[in-house]
Amino acid sequence: MNAGAPLLTVEDLRVEFQTRTQLVRAVRGVSFSLGREKLGIVGESGSGKSQTGRAILRLVAPPGRVTAKKLEFDGIDLMATGEAQMRDIRGKRIAMVLQDPKFSLNPVMTVGKQIAEAYRAHASADRAAAKQRALDMLRAVKMREPERVYAAYPHELSGGMGQRAMIAMMLATEPDLLIADEPTSALDVTVQLQVLAILDDLVSQRGMGLIFISHDLNLVASFCDRVLVMYAGRVVESLRASELGQAKHSYTQGLLAALPRIDKPVKELVVLKRDPAWAGERP
Amino acid sequence: MKKLLSPAFAKDSTRLVLSVALTFVGLLLVTFLIGRVVPIDPLLAAVGDRAPAEVYERVRVELGLDKPLWQQFWIYMVKVVQGDFGRSVLTSNVVLDDILRVFPATLELATLATLLGVSLGVPFGVIAAVNQGRWPDQLARVIGLLGYSVPVFWLGLMGLLLFYAKLGWVAGPGRVSVAFDDYVTPITGVILFDSAVQGEWEAFGDAFRHLILPAGVLGYFSLAYISRMTRSFMIEQLRQEYIVTARVKGLSEARVIWRHALGNVMVPLITVIALSYGNLLEGTVLTETVFAWPGLGLYITNSLLSADMNAVLGGTIMVGIVFIGINLLSDVLYRFVDPRAK
Repeated sequence: MNAGAPLLTVEDLRVEFQTRTQLVRAVRGVSFSLGREKLGIVGESGSGKSQTGRAILRLVAPPGRVTAKKLEFDGIDLMATGEAQMRDIRGKRIAMVLQDPKFSLNPVMTVGKQIAEAYRAHASADRAAAKQRALDMLRAVKMREPERVYAAYPHELSGGMGQRAMIAMMLATEPDLLIADEPTSALDVTVQLQVLAILDDLVSQRGMGLIFISHDLNLVASFCDRVLVMYAGRVVESLRASELGQAKHSYTQGLLAALPRIDKPVKELVVLKRDPAWAGERP
Repeated sequence: MKKLLSPAFAKDSTRLVLSVALTFVGLLLVTFLIGRVVPIDPLLAAVGDRAPAEVYERVRVELGLDKPLWQQFWIYMVKVVQGDFGRSVLTSNVVLDDILRVFPATLELATLATLLGVSLGVPFGVIAAVNQGRWPDQLARVIGLLGYSVPVFWLGLMGLLLFYAKLGWVAGPGRVSVAFDDYVTPITGVILFDSAVQGEWEAFGDAFRHLILPAGVLGYFSLAYISRMTRSFMIEQLRQEYIVTARVKGLSEARVIWRHALGNVMVPLITVIALSYGNLLEGTVLTETVFAWPGLGLYITNSLLSADMNAVLGGTIMVGIVFIGINLLSDVLYRFVDPRAK
């Protein structure tokens, strides 16, 4: 691929849901571009961050409607791509780690089969080769007993193990871009860091692009190169992770101010005051 | 197979056997009480209403009806466990023999009907769910609604009129044509099976032509129910997150639906199919009447109408045993389909 061109370009992305009574606009004109870097998207529930991720994979559930001036991945216009070609891109070139392994893994299929299946969907590998690949991936996500995990059903794994299996599954095909939709929100705090470290390692090793969707501003800042802050379906601020302190938008400032700090204990945390203007359309 | 030998499984099995035994005793108690509570005097049926008082009294003692109720129940239970349900007044046969004669007819009919209902109903339901709100869904809905709302005897009569009388595609009422009466030596009583085992293909064909219409009518009802349930289970599963995962992996839509979603739908569907099969095995009086099918439903109904309590109780216990068996079977299947079931 062209070294200078970005991996993914998103311009004026909109996701709308026509319900019986009203038109819900979940994403309202989001634009960004991404190289082989780690981009964090932060926002509260309903800010449109997850729908942005799903729109890139063209997996917004009906009746959702996606429009964009430009949605280009490695020179491919994703808006104009047919469903069959889209299936070739999904899993093989763009993959996604979902939030909670309790729900995102098929409960009646062994973990190993699910990983091997992801690999076989795109590589012309026989059963044995796919199994080998799955075991390698389980080792890559630091499973101590890959053989046992391979034969296990999702309910037999802990949350952290489930999420590592999910990462193994999504990286088995060596995609160029990984979208991680709140990959650690459902996990225990102690396990979160471990899973993040594994994810970070693998993404860096393979030189992939990563879109890390989260509601945790500090986590994103420590983990990503760049951060987009979303509010009510729009990007209100985009900044380098290291410059989070210099955030200009009052929403980002408000979020940062609302966080407790271990070095400066306060009696009462600041409550974010919302300004209706934040949600307004761009001039 | 490691699972089958584990102590947990052994403990489970013990619990299962105990609960089955308990259910069976409960079933006997209820049928026994019903048999004693109904305002039918079993003595009058045995001695006739003109018998002198001494005879009446002597038979009462002979039959053990003078003993306390709990003792009667004990005797009854011991006999039932030995397979002794007494003699039918109506057919003057031993009730067990009667049941062993009529049940295979019902078994044959219900099994084929269920096979038809499942093999068509499940795909129908899946296709309807995938095309929710579009024409295939509407079509499946109309077909299902007809199955629910059209009376079975009418459907049976119309089927006979069209496929037997007008088109001549199938054979008429009864299990076999007169020419094939007692033609196949009964082994199990299921004619299709017996004739196939003995290589009597002409008899097999004749029995099949008799069976296919009533089985089709019942299968249609079973299809209506199974496809509706499949549809709603499927819609629920298609909303789950693991379906998104499967799509993210770039799997074909066919694989997402038939492997991932249907694999999970099978879990609740087994119960639905088992219940529907159980209902058909109970005997379907209307269908059996229309098609002159000598099955369990017809037998129990006829016995009831002539106050033949031994036969009624025997039939009732048979239905109970069938239900217990079906439940057991679905329990076992459940373990194979759902790894979460312990």
